[in-house]
Amino acid sequence: MPWPAVERSWSIEADVEQPFVADRQSSLFKSEAQLSLEQHLQGNHHVGTSAHARSSLVPDTQPRDAKPRLLLMGLRRSGKSSIASVVFHKMPPNETLFLESTTRIQKDSIHSFMDFQVWDFPGQLEYLEPSFDLEDIFGSLGALVWVIDAQDDYLDSVARLNRTILTVQQYYPGINVEVFIHKVDGLSDEYRQDTFQDIVQRISDELSDAGYENAPVHYYLTSIYDYSVFEAFSKVIQKLIPNLSTLENLITTLSNNCGFEKTYLFDVLSKIYIASDTRPVDMACYEMCSDYIDVIVDISELYSWDHPLRKAKGEQVQEAESHVILHDETMIHLMEMNKYLCLVSVIRNPEAKEKKGLIDMNCRTFQDALNEVFSRSWEQEQEEQAARDHGGP
Amino acid sequence: MDARKKKRKVLLMGKSGSGKSSMRSIIFSNYVAKDVRRLGATIDVEHSHVKFMGNLTLNLWDCGGQDAFMETYLASQRGNIFSDVAVLIYVFDIESREVDRDMDTYNAIIDALREFSPNAYVFCLVHKMDLIQGEHRQRIYEERSALIRSRSEGFRVDTFGSSIWDQSLYKAWAGIVHKLIPNLTVIERFLSAFAKKIDAEEVILFERSTFLTVTSVSSEIGDLNPIFDRHERLSNIMKAFKHCAARNTSTTPASAGFVVMHTKTPQFNIFLGRFTDNTYIFLVVPPGEAAYNCAVFNTMLAREGFSKAAASGRTDGFPLPPPETPDDHATNGSA
Repeated sequence: MPWPAVERSWSIEADVEQPFVADRQSSLFKSEAQLSLEQHLQGNHHVGTSAHARSSLVPDTQPRDAKPRLLLMGLRRSGKSSIASVVFHKMPPNETLFLESTTRIQKDSIHSFMDFQVWDFPGQLEYLEPSFDLEDIFGSLGALVWVIDAQDDYLDSVARLNRTILTVQQYYPGINVEVFIHKVDGLSDEYRQDTFQDIVQRISDELSDAGYENAPVHYYLTSIYDYSVFEAFSKVIQKLIPNLSTLENLITTLSNNCGFEKTYLFDVLSKIYIASDTRPVDMACYEMCSDYIDVIVDISELYSWDHPLRKAKGEQVQEAESHVILHDETMIHLMEMNKYLCLVSVIRNPEAKEKKGLIDMNCRTFQDALNEVFSRSWEQEQEEQAARDHGGP
Repeated sequence: MDARKKKRKVLLMGKSGSGKSSMRSIIFSNYVAKDVRRLGATIDVEHSHVKFMGNLTLNLWDCGGQDAFMETYLASQRGNIFSDVAVLIYVFDIESREVDRDMDTYNAIIDALREFSPNAYVFCLVHKMDLIQGEHRQRIYEERSALIRSRSEGFRVDTFGSSIWDQSLYKAWAGIVHKLIPNLTVIERFLSAFAKKIDAEEVILFERSTFLTVTSVSSEIGDLNPIFDRHERLSNIMKAFKHCAARNTSTTPASAGFVVMHTKTPQFNIFLGRFTDNTYIFLVVPPGEAAYNCAVFNTMLAREGFSKAAASGRTDGFPLPPPETPDDHATNGSA
């Protein structure tokens, strides 16, 4: 039986990896507490998987880990680590030039409204070789994000992606494959579309030649120098949210009633949006909302210092609220929902602006509903967890 | 000198390629940092007029820095260039390999300036600081500014380390315009009286189009804020958002702006609004819904007082009531 041996090699690798992860974290100004928490969680995770691995000899369809996992894969130098740093660690895009090549699987735990992991794979890693435990990599999959460098020759990458899809889908047919056609900032509009068409065509042709019709593969044009990569990640994450439709319904009701032009529910830390109303996504609105979060977060950094002499002068709602009216009378309204999420809306309707109080009240009602939705799903998870522990070995 | 319309001549000098035109474009022409790659070399002198705070016009002389131009400035053009100068801004490139030669040129410029406008202010910007590794930055900057001071006899020189990629550029330029604004003491006196009335932790006045800090006052508690570069960081944050708003509402950055911004958090409340035609006021007050609304209301009243005073023409350009009136306004408002 190969299982125990493989398990051991994994845990050794994990040990070696810790200082490296810590290094990367500390350079991004994480507090020590956060750092040790993450290490602790990662350590736990490995204990968890090895405990589960025994039971997974019997193939089970249940995800072994409650945390969905995003796998970033692709050829070397295609931009996987840059994407992870820009989206999840707020690194300025031009600093990604100095990122070193990834040599081990980088595992990042993201603690947000929904805990998930991002695994950044080194491009040269041959994970399809038998020495790698496919179950360990793809077992608790959320999505496979394949990054293709659109400025480079992509035939190799496409071939490798197809091989990966064909191998993986035999065992895990429910896998979401998300293809990021990356670094498109350097391409002209026309060429960008051509590349997109060409890659889509090649992948779907090869997959259907291999007898895999209608593969669940989605394509995105991305670049770290604009908002497209956040937009793409938003779409990827949204597929992993169990009650997305409930959230979308809630937001649509809210924005119809308040006369909002467009509303997004943002994850503050990564600035990916986890839901929005059902009106078409407008890049201009998205950019303004996302930048406005930056403004508020940055200003808060400057004025949120603690001092015993700083005293409040009266009652105030606990959650932050902010709005700005621009030169053309557009209003951007931001309201904190909970620790991780905030609701940002663009309001152009002149009547709506006079009823600021009503809007605030509606948003508070929405906040209650939202937190109820999340607490429901948490309860459910806990119940499932309890049931599993109960029925487990 | 006419107090109403002040025209100040500002010389912008330094070696070719040191970044003079880049910073001028970012501060006054709404460029973003990466756009400056498009700028070519400045030929001879580029004149531009920048209106600042309504009554102050900066007459910017952006002097191309190639050696040939430098020689003509010092020789045939000497009287024309160096007379009547209010401010000389000299830009040093931190990465320069010929520091001694730079210093000699600088010395020659200073000599010419002493001859024609001995009362000018001199600011030296040690530019492109972002190219130096973080841990050496402070040390190298201090060495360089000591060197600069030793070569500028006859002038009290202010030096700043700057980079177009972060807020240090705003710090340097805010320092420069701070020296040029007429009746600054009146403005400051008003602001501190006003801040006390509304119990604000901090009140900052920003110039409208450049978002440079004109002046600021903070209360005893506000002074305890551990972040010292917050003003220039605010300039940077708000200007970046202005660019974003302009981009997405299809207007030019020059015409984009904010009408009003309210932010309420459990730690602080912030109000940003148009104050006079050329300034934004930025209030930081402690949390508390009622106190905040009162502060905003008082700001609006003070603004009305300002515009009335301006209409009656009692003040010079910057519409300021006599020093005792702001107290009246504020008391009326809160009563």
